Amino acid sequence: MQPTSHAFKENAAAALADANLQRALKNAGGGFIAKRARARDALPEFDALCAQGKDIKNHTLAHLDLYLEAYERKVIEAGGHVHWAANAEDARAIVLYICQKEGAKLVTKGKSMVAEEIALNAALEEAGLEVAETDLGEYIIQIRNEGPSHIIAPAIHLNRDQVEADFRRHHKNLPENRSLLEPVELVSEARGVLREKFLAADVGITGANFLIAETGSSVIVTNEGNGDLTQLLPRVHIVVTSIEKLVPTLEDVSTILRVLARSATGQDMSMYTTFSTGPRREGDPDGPEAYHVVLLDNGRSEMLGTEFQDMLRCIRCGACMNHCPVYGAVGGHAYGWVYPGPMGAVLTPQLVGVHEAGHLPNASSFCGRCEAVCPMGIPLPKMMRHWREREFTQGESPWMQRMAVRGWAFCAKRPRLYRLLANASAGLLSEWGKRRGFFRWLPMAGSWLRYRDLPAPPGRTFQALWKAELDRRQFEAEMGR
Amino acid sequence: MTASGSDGRAKIMAAVRSALLVRGDEPGRRGQVRARLERTPSGLIPARARKPKAELITAFQAMLEVQGTVVRQVAGVQELPLAIAQHLSELNLPARLRHGGDPLLRGLPWENSLIEREEGPAQAADAVSLSRAVAGAAETGTLFLTSGTENPSTLNFLPETHCVVILAESIFGSLEEVWGSLRQVHGRGKLPRTVNLVSGPSCSADIEQTIIRGAHGPRRLAVFVAMSR
Repeated sequence: MQPTSHAFKENAAAALADANLQRALKNAGGGFIAKRARARDALPEFDALCAQGKDIKNHTLAHLDLYLEAYERKVIEAGGHVHWAANAEDARAIVLYICQKEGAKLVTKGKSMVAEEIALNAALEEAGLEVAETDLGEYIIQIRNEGPSHIIAPAIHLNRDQVEADFRRHHKNLPENRSLLEPVELVSEARGVLREKFLAADVGITGANFLIAETGSSVIVTNEGNGDLTQLLPRVHIVVTSIEKLVPTLEDVSTILRVLARSATGQDMSMYTTFSTGPRREGDPDGPEAYHVVLLDNGRSEMLGTEFQDMLRCIRCGACMNHCPVYGAVGGHAYGWVYPGPMGAVLTPQLVGVHEAGHLPNASSFCGRCEAVCPMGIPLPKMMRHWREREFTQGESPWMQRMAVRGWAFCAKRPRLYRLLANASAGLLSEWGKRRGFFRWLPMAGSWLRYRDLPAPPGRTFQALWKAELDRRQFEAEMGR
Repeated sequence: MTASGSDGRAKIMAAVRSALLVRGDEPGRRGQVRARLERTPSGLIPARARKPKAELITAFQAMLEVQGTVVRQVAGVQELPLAIAQHLSELNLPARLRHGGDPLLRGLPWENSLIEREEGPAQAADAVSLSRAVAGAAETGTLFLTSGTENPSTLNFLPETHCVVILAESIFGSLEEVWGSLRQVHGRGKLPRTVNLVSGPSCSADIEQTIIRGAHGPRRLAVFVAMSR
């Protein structure tokens, strides 16, 4: 997927003007938040479990080399294969190699953001393979030729009537006068269409929510069951995943599972959580004959040992974007790549470069809700600040902004000058805005004030008020004595 | 496999180790990892999973029902065929199903139920399947189904109606207790090819966040709890 994160400003403006998108976002917004809150409140141990989950992830990351080795050993022991892909290109080549070696024609896929990250579908299709996405949301965006707009609900930017139009356009062999007014009719139609793909596929590709070092298992968490049909029916199961998905034991994954679905959809547990270990065993009547795991790095190891290491704890629940006012206003596509919202604002600059994605960590009001709801306690706003710093030191931020920061730094280092300017502007703005009490427009802040008003300052600076208060207290103290 | 594969391994391992400032052979780190993998220490178990057996069975049933699953209790396994037949007739489904080679399912008194049975993994045309769950976790109303000839995994996903038998004695409180019981059967560090944790019928909320049952897996899930063998 070619990133368009550099065009975040234009993307965001277009998103705000897109009536369909705004309708979909409005419809989706509150649901996730209320459901998560209910699920969290119903489990008194929720916060304690989050803290333990965070510790598990920290422990795993600190010993990642050893857990990767242990995991690989167990996969091989179970008859599976582990392939290591340093970057997206290697990962695509490995998957394609396996598919071609197996003589595959049709590939079914469960939802995988790592597969989106490495643009797997395009590579397979270019090589002449047919790829069928089987998660309903992924299927819808595939026939629309779009990327996902949310990591757990990829088609959240669409309304029912849009999906109906897509199905009518794409499913030409079905009767034209069929009813598709209800979501249930759309789901049934997709079920019928995709059932044929499940049964005919040669290779099934899924992602993984977790990899278990203790047993060499990959774990997928779904509600539809599409991931299971994807991996059970074809001859070959390929797991496309990344190195930070490791957890040590079944106990450890249990702790994290308790907070994953609750944070994501507000369910106590998703309908299907599936542990897959190697290919079918001797005597097994079903399951894949071959089991491959493609372990992707793609910039993740570079985050270890840096101020961005905490991001590798992310379990992709989507709570940060569900609670983000910026995501809620512009949706996921504006972010211009696979990972939107606050987690994307931290991850995307790492994976595609700060030159491409420098806008994303700036597109935040720093309200802090993302960090507050993150089950892995990832300090997302802090890390966005780190990206802003890097952007600045690498000279990537815009000229105006650099000059403004330089100018401010110059004054801030000279207290007398700072006070003088602050007093003057506070006095001036206060006088100027006295009548209304707020500003709708100010020179050089036109675009900032287009969507909001600035309250007029009270006339004196905080420092001046602070000093006056100190003087008053000292005076009172002296009088009292 | 390919040269790039083994090359990738060396590259990634080197990158991880240099980032962590380790060589990989430090005995302290290796010991910590080995200990965790061998001892598999448990984290916090929620209070809802630590209750007397009778309460756990009630909670297990309630959790499943909230997620849209039909739950029926029978006193003993001998009553299962009739209970299943009655369930199928309530749904206006033909009395025909497929199950695996599980001796418990094979050995039930099917004669009186008029249910036609076939054995083996699911076929595309199957409407109803029957499996035995090896265990259940009451904290989330979750069934554990393991792959193999006894209960082929495709039975859990292909047919539109999935019936699951579970013995009350196999219902535990927490996920961790179930892992413990699986370790006793399969050995430490080992799992069957597929372990399906099923907490309800298939559903999707991908269209306007409306929950629709029966996305790709079973539209209907029925669980039969046998209070004794």
